[in-house]
Amino acid sequence: MNNTLTTFVVPVLYLLSAVLFIFGLKGLTRVRSARRGNALASLAMLIAIVTTLLDLGFVDYQWIIAGLVIGGLVGAVAALKVEMTAMPEMVALFNGFGGGASALVALSILWKEVIEPSYTESAAAVLGGASAITAFLSILIGAITLSGSLIAFLKLSGKIGGQPTLLPARHVINSVIFLGCLAAGIYIGFFSHAPSAMVMAALVATILSLILGVLMVIPIGGADMPVIISFLNSLSGVAAAMTGFVLGNNVLIIAGALVGASGLILTQIMCVAMNRTLGNVLFSGFGQEGGSADSGEYTNVRSYSPEEAAMILETAESVVIVPGYGLAVAQAQHAVKELADLLQKRGVKVSYAIHPVAGRMPGHMNVLLAEADVPYEQLIEMERINPEFKTTDAVLVVGANDVVNPAAEKDPKSPIAGMPVLQVWEAQTVMMIKRSLSPGFAGIKNELFEYDNNMMVFGDAKKVLQEIVSEVKSLNAAA
Amino acid sequence: MMGPLLVGIYVFVLSIFVGIEIITKIPPTLHTPLMSGANAISGITLVGSIGAASSGEVIASSILAFVAIVFATINVVGGFLVTDRMLGMFGKRKAKS
Repeated sequence: MNNTLTTFVVPVLYLLSAVLFIFGLKGLTRVRSARRGNALASLAMLIAIVTTLLDLGFVDYQWIIAGLVIGGLVGAVAALKVEMTAMPEMVALFNGFGGGASALVALSILWKEVIEPSYTESAAAVLGGASAITAFLSILIGAITLSGSLIAFLKLSGKIGGQPTLLPARHVINSVIFLGCLAAGIYIGFFSHAPSAMVMAALVATILSLILGVLMVIPIGGADMPVIISFLNSLSGVAAAMTGFVLGNNVLIIAGALVGASGLILTQIMCVAMNRTLGNVLFSGFGQEGGSADSGEYTNVRSYSPEEAAMILETAESVVIVPGYGLAVAQAQHAVKELADLLQKRGVKVSYAIHPVAGRMPGHMNVLLAEADVPYEQLIEMERINPEFKTTDAVLVVGANDVVNPAAEKDPKSPIAGMPVLQVWEAQTVMMIKRSLSPGFAGIKNELFEYDNNMMVFGDAKKVLQEIVSEVKSLNAAA
Repeated sequence: MMGPLLVGIYVFVLSIFVGIEIITKIPPTLHTPLMSGANAISGITLVGSIGAASSGEVIASSILAFVAIVFATINVVGGFLVTDRMLGMFGKRKAKS
């Protein structure tokens, strides 16, 4: 019986789990089936866990149960309590835990199989060369994911500054640490002959990997966050797949590979949307060196009141709203929805133009506006909305800057030259709600501020929007 | 016959292609839920940590595996719940009407 269980039932259940993961992801390709897709993926996970317990048979469950209960409670409370506006940092934090878990599993196996039995041979001699290598990769990638995600979490939640921190000679420092880490890994794998030395080497490898993760994310500035979050997402999947190689468990390899592919594609999409390469994002320290030379003074800027903005919106037939990170910071998503509703009631055509890297993670604006009940059909992607700006009466830019900067198309010397942007300047009137004339993340001047068809409405996004709403209402009442 | 390592590499490479095929079809609107859902899936490492924690003794390997279970479970439970919450908002309007 037990034999059939391990040779037949367990592998079949793992296969079922892997297939359900794939169907779960497939569900996410449509809004309508997305929730069911997520439920299928959770079911797949449950099957995988139950199968593992079945496979273990009767063992001492105290650590397992304690871990599941504590982790489950912490995860559930965090997930149910988090504000929708805090989603980027929450996703980053969960991601870190996943990566950290993979590193810990590899360390645990190293201890259990090699160090605790006090073998005087290298990890490769005990576990086999492939397992020794993948265990090291699992520690390296998992630990980088953990510490990198924690730094991303701290940056996104504003607990540390979002500005890029650039160490002098950081490429040299990174290379030295990476080589040191690699040396420790090779020592564990092939040269260690004493458990105590292996413990030291494992600690060194883990700590150096953690430092690498920190150093990878601290030079990343706010607007590059969508790239780095996607990349860390991919790494957490790769770390899980490496753990799968160590354990010889295909469900880990499959699920890990799916996540790795998913993160990689998101990374790619984000990079294309900024006209940069992953290498450039990771190593250039963009946003600090970038612009200061170019952020000149503004001469021809017109400041308008919310009342004037309301009058223009009132007479418009079509309005496009361009949300940016400032919308999330000001938590103005409900105010923007109220304004849109009001305008629509008057027969104005309202849509939202979504730049792929607006916000701090892929799809950030979509989630934020969904929370305010904005129908997702009104959110239009950049490629589809750009040709429509010519026939748009009014564009309302809320808390976005670099993604509407005409310099990307018109000034080949600009640091953001070639980055696809929303061509809002083609519209009849552009209104930018902004706190000040300060440059966006790229640190460069935005000529749009000086365009003849541009109006600046200064103030906090939420407050300004609320004032516009009440102005439109009183205009309505007067009419 | 192929060795287990080679089988694993086959599975890994083919799964990446399956992933790429599916993920490229996901609309930008769903990128955040995709990320947090995929994130939860990467908590599959929980399966590995459960296997590693099957000794009841208080030794380094068990403690490491225990922490791994806590981390992975936070990732799995938190990730799937938060994704469900987000997706619930996308469907909210439909449910009302």
